[in-house]
Amino acid sequence: WTSVLCFSITHETSLTLFFWIFLLLQMQFMLLFSRQGKLRLQKWYVPLSDKERKKISRDLVQTILARKPKMCSFLEWRDLKIVYKRYASLYFCCAVEDQDNELITLEIIHRYVELLDKYFGSVCELDIIFNFEKAYFILDEFLLGGEAQETSKKNVLKAIEQADLLQEVRLHQHIFPRNVCTVVSLRISYDVLNVFQQMEDIFM
Amino acid sequence: MPAVSKGDGMRGLAVFISDIRNCKSKEAEIKRINKELANIRSKFKGDKALDGYSKKKYVCKLLFIFLLGHDIDFGHMEAVNLLSSNKYTEKQIGYLFISVLVNSNSELIRLINNAIKNDLSSRNPTFMCLALHCIANVGSREMAEAFASEIPRILVAGDTMDSVKQSAALCLLRLYKTSPDLVLMGEWTSRVVHLLNDQHMGVVTAAISLITCLSQKNPDEFKTCVSLAVSRLSRIVSSASTDLQDYTYYFVPAPWLSCKLLRLLQCYPPPEDGAVKGRLVECLETILNKAQEPPKSKKVQHSNAKNAILFEAISLIIHYDSEPNLLVRACNQLGQFLQHRETNLRYLALESMCTLASSEFSHEAVKTHIETVINALKTERDVSVRQRAADLLYAMCDRSNAKQIVAEMLSYLETADYSIREEMVLKVAILAEKYAVDYSWYVDTILNLIRIAGDYVSEEVWYRVIQIVINRDDVQGYAAKTVFEALQAPACHENMVKVGGYILGEFGNLIAGDPRSSPLVQFNLLHSKFHLCSVPTRALLLSAYIKFINLFPETKATIQEVLRCDSQIRNSDVELQQRAVEYLKLSSIASTDVLATVLEEMPPFPERESSILAKLKKKKGPGAVSVTELEDNKREGGELNGGGERGPDTASTPSPSADLLGIRSAAPVSAAPAGAGSLLVDVFSEAGPAAPSAGPPSQLLRPVDLSVTEWPRSPERPEYLSPVAPEALQHLHVFVCKNNGVLFENQLLQIGIKSEYRQNLGRMYLFYGNKTSVQFASFTTTVSCPGELDPQLNVQTKPVEPLVEGGAQIQQVLNIECLTDFSDAPLLNIKFRYGGALQNLTLKLPVTINKFFQPTEMASHDFFQRWKQLSQPQQEAQKIFKANHSMDTEVLKAKLLGLGTALLDNVDPNPENYVCAGVIQTKGQQVGCLLRLEPNAQAQMYRLTLRCSKDSVSRRLCELLAEQF
Repeated sequence: WTSVLCFSITHETSLTLFFWIFLLLQMQFMLLFSRQGKLRLQKWYVPLSDKERKKISRDLVQTILARKPKMCSFLEWRDLKIVYKRYASLYFCCAVEDQDNELITLEIIHRYVELLDKYFGSVCELDIIFNFEKAYFILDEFLLGGEAQETSKKNVLKAIEQADLLQEVRLHQHIFPRNVCTVVSLRISYDVLNVFQQMEDIFM
Repeated sequence: MPAVSKGDGMRGLAVFISDIRNCKSKEAEIKRINKELANIRSKFKGDKALDGYSKKKYVCKLLFIFLLGHDIDFGHMEAVNLLSSNKYTEKQIGYLFISVLVNSNSELIRLINNAIKNDLSSRNPTFMCLALHCIANVGSREMAEAFASEIPRILVAGDTMDSVKQSAALCLLRLYKTSPDLVLMGEWTSRVVHLLNDQHMGVVTAAISLITCLSQKNPDEFKTCVSLAVSRLSRIVSSASTDLQDYTYYFVPAPWLSCKLLRLLQCYPPPEDGAVKGRLVECLETILNKAQEPPKSKKVQHSNAKNAILFEAISLIIHYDSEPNLLVRACNQLGQFLQHRETNLRYLALESMCTLASSEFSHEAVKTHIETVINALKTERDVSVRQRAADLLYAMCDRSNAKQIVAEMLSYLETADYSIREEMVLKVAILAEKYAVDYSWYVDTILNLIRIAGDYVSEEVWYRVIQIVINRDDVQGYAAKTVFEALQAPACHENMVKVGGYILGEFGNLIAGDPRSSPLVQFNLLHSKFHLCSVPTRALLLSAYIKFINLFPETKATIQEVLRCDSQIRNSDVELQQRAVEYLKLSSIASTDVLATVLEEMPPFPERESSILAKLKKKKGPGAVSVTELEDNKREGGELNGGGERGPDTASTPSPSADLLGIRSAAPVSAAPAGAGSLLVDVFSEAGPAAPSAGPPSQLLRPVDLSVTEWPRSPERPEYLSPVAPEALQHLHVFVCKNNGVLFENQLLQIGIKSEYRQNLGRMYLFYGNKTSVQFASFTTTVSCPGELDPQLNVQTKPVEPLVEGGAQIQQVLNIECLTDFSDAPLLNIKFRYGGALQNLTLKLPVTINKFFQPTEMASHDFFQRWKQLSQPQQEAQKIFKANHSMDTEVLKAKLLGLGTALLDNVDPNPENYVCAGVIQTKGQQVGCLLRLEPNAQAQMYRLTLRCSKDSVSRRLCELLAEQF
């Protein structure tokens, strides 16, 4: 019985949810996960308990991984609309309100990938694993509370750069072998699947 | 930009992550994590003070472990410590940890808030942004309390940096969403609107989200944003793709901002000012024109961004629903997308066209695409796209194309995905009924439906076909003939047997003249299915058999034989056994006349809105169904569920027996069963010892009371019918000590309340939420003060928007003034049209006299002095009553505080007792009230005494409160 959100447990929550629905047409959460279903980043813009979050991400990851490549990037899931796109080995997935604009959400994902790509220089999944905190910081500069805060690539990166300049300690090298991950970058920004489909099998 | 320089040097962290990645098994990973946790714990507990760097590193590791999906129950304090570090990266990690892992540990929140406060006042923009991000990420009520007044100041201050403004705007938005009551409108609001004119595009992008949200709630205060938004939009739309520099995205100027502007405009009706409107129409036309231009880039990002704006513009056009020209252009544009090679666009075009189909201006234009849509239903490879196509077919269906669409949907059902079958079945059933010109087509369609997708045909669907057949005598003969033929199939679905059993039991006589369907043939056909069926169906068939005995006396012997055989009369299922026994007895001792009365043809069902429609709404409805509602269903349906329901969704479907009571009392036609019931008792009393003694009288009635037990009923809930909602559904009493909550909820509508009171004035916010996916039209609400309440209470409100979109919520503000004390409640009447049917609902509003209490603190001797002063007998009201709720001290205290009075400690010599004092503020006078509540835990009793300076108030308060404890 699909229309019931799994998290509407008490009357109180059902009311809160209703207020949410009325007030916002915004992103509810964003998940990044690998082809193996491992969560790489999760950002929740609505208050949910830890248990609910786990359940939602588990269900959703399964649903999306079961979809075929040529299928459309949008799907109705519970009461939400899911917008997702695969970049090499990573799936980027956003949940928005039913009435929200799917295409612009798709481009939010793309802009985020571009930001990661520019910052890390050909970003790959390993960059996000090893520098997860950076991935969060970049996301916060770009999206705040589920709304676009700054859509200019230059301005977002400038903010992050400035923060980096404030760092006291500078490390001389990266820990994980850079050569491996540059090969299989997410640089898909331009043409996603065809080129990198073969590549991602090398990796993981 | 090489990544090499980007690490901030947490080597230990990177090593740990590598270790985890190298773990070969889940066990190894858990082992490694536990080791790390133990290590971190010992470091945090160790005597040696950790330096900032180590603290940061360990906190970061904990965060990583948490993100892997493990629970973290320590380290919060260390993270909070990091917040006050003056090193940026340490602070940053601290904030990240808090944002991801915060729990409402109040002690911690205070510390966090302190750190945030320091950063906000640091005037260092980077620190300020971090703090604002943290508030926006956590958005808890405590944070709203601490910062809701501070942030607007930062947002509009002249010297705030742009980046801080952006964060402040979205941070405020988040707080406004969590705690709208704490974000007070003020002088800043008008300045926020003018951020739409800001030079910095990023500031506009962030601010517009805030403005959109605020204007949804306070449309009047933000009206000026319309013209500003239009001019901003027009500047963007007409700019060359390079004008906006980095805000141009793949040759599309500011797509995010454009979408948000178009979205903001959807909060308002079309601009009244001709010039503004003209400019806006021009923008919309430009956007539609651009869709026809050749693309400036082959990249999908270009077309996505461009089309995102286009779809948003179309949404606005649909929202206005007043420009036929634009609507038709929008429809044509979507028509082109229907055949686009991008799956995404086809999906969106189908979806968007669904809303266009409901506009009178574009309905015909949408219909021209029927072939394409049918084709999509047949050929799309992605189920979510097919689902959209099915939705659109449903939306574009009318009398002219119903037969074609229903036929297509039926044939699609044969191969449809399991996930959408149930919904498809409901839709076919609804369309078939709605557009049935002749009812034989309707009967054919439903029987086909059962044949093709029997498993997905819910109870509502087959109940409905029976209701219709019973109510229309022109179709009864045809229905009997058709089910008879359908039952001939060697394998037919159980639902078909149910419908067949019912219809032949009622109308088998209409086809009995044909030797091919003589009574005995009919009976044998039904009985040949009997053993393959589940208990509820068998029970239904037994009822059909007894009806046969009445219709065709010649079958009596055969049927009695069947009833008498051991597998019936000694069936292990009580229900079946009882039916067999009772029917057998009934058939053998009742005279023909009695039988004819008892087993008379079913009376017509009262005409109502289709129950299937209700089910579909419920399936598609955006709102969560509350637990109360489910419980209501269970409670009302519980008595009979054993008989007729099956399947995992029993609890979730509106129980068919839910309206049982309503029908018994409401439908005059049910007089027959009642009369027959007493008859039957007589029959049994004559039968003496042979009468089954087991079971309460209601069970004895069961064979006659077919209408109530097995025979289907329209499962609508009583509240749809009755103009005044029963109090129980309103949760009214809850609101005496509470100001916010859900006032009313049914399957269509949820009404939430927030209210606040000061002195003799109150303001109540009503939130009407449309729980369905369908628009409510002509939505009107009226508040009235009936009878003597009129001169006592003054309630004012403005009319609400007449349209409530599916899934949307609208708000209404009531201003309440208490002129003098009162005891009745004002009434709220709500009328709206839903799917053509007028809904009418009257509710009591929870405005009670105690809302106008001002607490009064006083010392013990003051209290008793006043108590003595109020000694006239009529000033005192007293009640002794049994406790209905928990007698727990904290619960009682919370209720007494919620009442609005001051709870006075150390006043009553007996510490078990509660003493309160307050002044009720009315326009004309103030009424002092003293209250004393004496619980007796042993006896589970209370004595409540009130003394007020006005006797009517004492009585009223006493009545109100006695229900609360």
